[in-house]
Amino acid sequence: MNSNSTSISVQSRVSTHRSYKKTRSWKKVMASILLYILLVIAALFCLGPFLWLLSTAFKTGENVYAFPPQFIPHPITFKNFIDVFDIMPLWKYIYNTVYMTGLGVGLNLLLCTITAYPLARIQFPGRNFIFYAIVSTMVLPNAAGMIVNFIIIQKLNLYNTMLGVVLPSAISVFNIFLLRQAFITIPNDMEHSARIDGAREFRIFFSIMLPMIRPAVATVVIFDFMAFWNSLIWPVIVFDDQDKYPLAPALQYLQGTLAYNFPYIAAGTIISIIPMIIIFLILQKQFINGMVGAVKM
Amino acid sequence: MALSKEQARQTRFAYAMLTPGIILLIVFTFIPIVYGLPLAFTNYSAVDTTKWVGLKNFDRAFHDPDFWVSLKNSILYVIVVPVIQFLSILMAVLVNNKLRFVNFFRTAYFIPVVTSMTAAAIAWKWVFEEDGILNYFLEVAGIIDGPISFMSDMNLALYGVMCVTIWKGLGYYMMIYLAGLQSIPSELQEAAKIDGAGRWKVIWHITIPLLMPFVMLCSLLSVMGAIRVFDEIFVMHGPKGDPASATLTTSVYTYKISFQDYNFGYGAAVGLVVSLLIMVFTILLFRYTRRGGMNYYE
Repeated sequence: MNSNSTSISVQSRVSTHRSYKKTRSWKKVMASILLYILLVIAALFCLGPFLWLLSTAFKTGENVYAFPPQFIPHPITFKNFIDVFDIMPLWKYIYNTVYMTGLGVGLNLLLCTITAYPLARIQFPGRNFIFYAIVSTMVLPNAAGMIVNFIIIQKLNLYNTMLGVVLPSAISVFNIFLLRQAFITIPNDMEHSARIDGAREFRIFFSIMLPMIRPAVATVVIFDFMAFWNSLIWPVIVFDDQDKYPLAPALQYLQGTLAYNFPYIAAGTIISIIPMIIIFLILQKQFINGMVGAVKM
Repeated sequence: MALSKEQARQTRFAYAMLTPGIILLIVFTFIPIVYGLPLAFTNYSAVDTTKWVGLKNFDRAFHDPDFWVSLKNSILYVIVVPVIQFLSILMAVLVNNKLRFVNFFRTAYFIPVVTSMTAAAIAWKWVFEEDGILNYFLEVAGIIDGPISFMSDMNLALYGVMCVTIWKGLGYYMMIYLAGLQSIPSELQEAAKIDGAGRWKVIWHITIPLLMPFVMLCSLLSVMGAIRVFDEIFVMHGPKGDPASATLTTSVYTYKISFQDYNFGYGAAVGLVVSLLIMVFTILLFRYTRRGGMNYYE
């Protein structure tokens, strides 16, 4: 914002000719008005469906199908947001989602860092073989991955359990790759001085190296948080009982059975996306840099 | 050569760290890759005793009308790719302007990217309702006379889902293109302007060629996404790709065969076809775009 306003003032100082300046600035104003109109149209397109859902969630029953549609609900009611907790076991779904996401992100963080670290910083026989074997899975086609994973989950007696949902994605090759790249870039001096101070291997990893790669760790946490919080199909496959469902599968299941009472579904859906949106708004730089940066690796 | 004591200690430490992760990777990543292929040649299912059936699953797919419909729909789905590129480049150009509140708009465009596809599909289903808001707008604008059933019309249902896919991806690709636009050194554009090139000439001869690697990357990502499309169809039209298989894609069909009919062998065979399809499209894309602009960076 700052550099923006200075560049404008510099430009206006440069153009000294009065009339020239006038037509130019008029043109400029028109151009930026046009730009803003386009920006607003695009924003309405991007946020419109959610805003419409939000509006519906605040409506009383008779206004839901009102014609012409009410854009801003009148009267506004919070009843749907309160009743939805009685209509469906929403607290249970929220708990399941938080539990699944917490377990998934936690396991990924632990397993991916301890797997990536030796591959990046320790010389040992078999290192290259292990690394290339892991990376090769990124390019090999995994046509029946879900089917075989389901068979394995059944064989391990993990069908209809949370562990069965989380374990197959408790470690990710992509994360290992990303974290290994980050570990490699840490200068050797750090490690040497810690070693001279008498630090043992695990201490070096945990207290010296891990804090140095915080940006990469943040990317991993954000990616996995999104993936687990939003995951739909794998929980549907693994869980037999609907009351073990996290939010996304539960909402997709209930939207069929509760279709006649849509405002409840609308309220439930809004509740399900709010945590994700809040976290995104707080950490938007990390989100965008992480997601855009990751594809450019 | 014997390892020194220090080296032996380090090796022990490395393997101790690696073991839990490697075990999980073997069970849930390596075994599926290795075992998934032969599975496609068996009749593994909930009812039969498993035996090798050779190419029978592929023969079955060949004579299965639903398979052909799903394949057709999956290939048709790739038309979202150019639409996504066009719209997201446009949006990237828009938000690349130095304007007040431009960061607010960037954030707004990114919100669909971080929310769940389930929520997005539920919201869009509500927009598409026969007495819903989209029909209202179209009627007010005088484009249509009576309401259109975007959800249950056989010829429209798939395009409705495509809208959702495009809408959900725009913000993400916009950000990649924005990074692309900002990576183009402004001296290049300035120099061209000094040489007398007009605004469009600069865009055509400088901006677009330098953006080509990003177009290539985004196209690749969206092709893979388009062929694998699942969540939005599952939420909006169910595992059968209603109405009457109009939105049945290969991923959805694979799911239906495997987890509704518990016909794992046949499911793996159809899944294999999806993988091959992605490979073909990827190779085509690489070939095609190589001529376009990749060599600008080489």
